Amino acid sequence: MFIRSTTALAALFLLSAATLAQASDKPSDPQIAHIAYTAGVLDVEAAMQALKKSKNKEILDFAKDMVRDHEAVNKQALDLVKKLNVTPEDNATSKALTKAADEERAKLAKLGGAAFDKAYVDNEVAYHKQVNGALETLLIPSAENAELKSLLETGLKLFQGHEQHAEHVAGMLK
Amino acid sequence: MRTAPTVSKRHLWLAMALTIAAAPAKAETIEVTIEKLVFSPATVEAKVGDTIEWVNKDVFAHTATVKGGWEVTIPPKKAASLTLKTAGSIDYFCRFHPNMKGRLTVTSP
Repeated sequence: MFIRSTTALAALFLLSAATLAQASDKPSDPQIAHIAYTAGVLDVEAAMQALKKSKNKEILDFAKDMVRDHEAVNKQALDLVKKLNVTPEDNATSKALTKAADEERAKLAKLGGAAFDKAYVDNEVAYHKQVNGALETLLIPSAENAELKSLLETGLKLFQGHEQHAEHVAGMLK
Repeated sequence: MRTAPTVSKRHLWLAMALTIAAAPAKAETIEVTIEKLVFSPATVEAKVGDTIEWVNKDVFAHTATVKGGWEVTIPPKKAASLTLKTAGSIDYFCRFHPNMKGRLTVTSP
């Protein structure tokens, strides 16, 4: 429990630190597109790990839902950046998210059975909460393009749905 | 005596006309659109025998799920329907995205 909270906090800290680094300079649309896309890819990777390691039906169903939804929204994001002729641009926030997710995956790799299931779904709750916070306070308000803003708003509703879904699955494991 | 059948026939027609007029309205199909993770309209008034058709405009799969009751899965860019069999106020949600909520108020015909 302690280790998990620490990682979640560290991830939050990294995200805020990255945010602060560019505080004078709100993220540009190409950076926002990159952050949103990265957030989706990272959750698909987490789900793939769960699909390999878990034997719990609730976890497997949830992980499949994550892969399906995040791939669908990321396809929309790719179509949009192509249409807008925007090249997603890597940035400190994307890097911080990726680093935190890599560490979490490495930690989960060492677990098995019920311990893995619980750690995975708890992290899914924390991760979606974190991304929702970033969407609400930073990404959506900073987006210039109306279509990008609209896609981010749909993304926020999707992620909020996933957060509640993850909380439900976490409740069922107890 | 010869007029009697005519009269009763007329009465019969009248009775039939009244019956048709008084008969419950034909079962309807009520459409609920799903777009950007929102059921619209969120609240629907319907009668037993009516059909609810959910039209999913999202690229995500959704469900209309009643806790401890029925569930309809609506694949991305597809529609799915359900004929209402019982009266009552029914709250439903999407099992994949529990922040999506809707309500059906179903009355007896």
